[in-house]
Amino acid sequence: MNWFWYASPQTFYPLAGRMAPWFGFAAALLAAAGLYVGFFVAPTDAQQGEVYRVIFIHVPAAWLSMFIYLVMAGWAALGLAFNTRLSGMMASALAPTGALFTFIALWTGSLWGRPTWGTYWVWDARLTSELVLLFLYLGFIALQAAIDDPRRADRAGALLAIVGVVNVPIIYFSVKWWNTLHQGASVSLKSAPTMAATMFAGMILMAFAFWMYAIAVTLVRVRCIIREREG
Amino acid sequence: MKDYAFYLWGSYAVTFVLLFLEIFFLLKRKREAKA
Repeated sequence: MNWFWYASPQTFYPLAGRMAPWFGFAAALLAAAGLYVGFFVAPTDAQQGEVYRVIFIHVPAAWLSMFIYLVMAGWAALGLAFNTRLSGMMASALAPTGALFTFIALWTGSLWGRPTWGTYWVWDARLTSELVLLFLYLGFIALQAAIDDPRRADRAGALLAIVGVVNVPIIYFSVKWWNTLHQGASVSLKSAPTMAATMFAGMILMAFAFWMYAIAVTLVRVRCIIREREG
Repeated sequence: MKDYAFYLWGSYAVTFVLLFLEIFFLLKRKREAKA
């Protein structure tokens, strides 16, 4: 299979159209399963009570906000290096969904923080760097919208996206590097999760649901961008 | 559950409303791009 065949917007367009519904379907199924496990299988938390169930959307949204940014910057870098049209389009298609998940992570974190920490917001390193991520997404979208020529807009946006990548490890490691109100990671690749297995299962199912959703809407959006730019 | 209802349902409601709004505006954009 020649993967470079799909590097052209014209050949990627029908492929994206075929894939999007499947990812959308997978997102709906995984979300139904995740919500069922999260609300009906996972037990009530001994310390936080029922409000801990916010984590089933907060944590997956926060993971995805960082992951989408990395993918967006990756596409942007590819576009700068190889001058491929589809790369800039993919970066543009990812940005609104990335911004949305960043906002959801901040919003749900804030609503979880009030009953557990006693405050909606503190300027600690984790929360502030996540807010900076939202501003990076919005800056990327605004910069691209401000430039009429799409190829120039892609190049300008790419520079911003690449520079902004430095913020992602800052978000991830902020709870280790600084003394933050936000707790450390409950899930790590190196050790077992520090939560009940059913809680972890609900969170992972929702993470995959959000992931599938993000792919589906990005594929639909990139098809719109291809049509708008190339007719 | 009752004490935390605003925080819990406020999180879920805003999340799903935003996701549905994204889908709504995306489908609108898709129709306009095809027109």
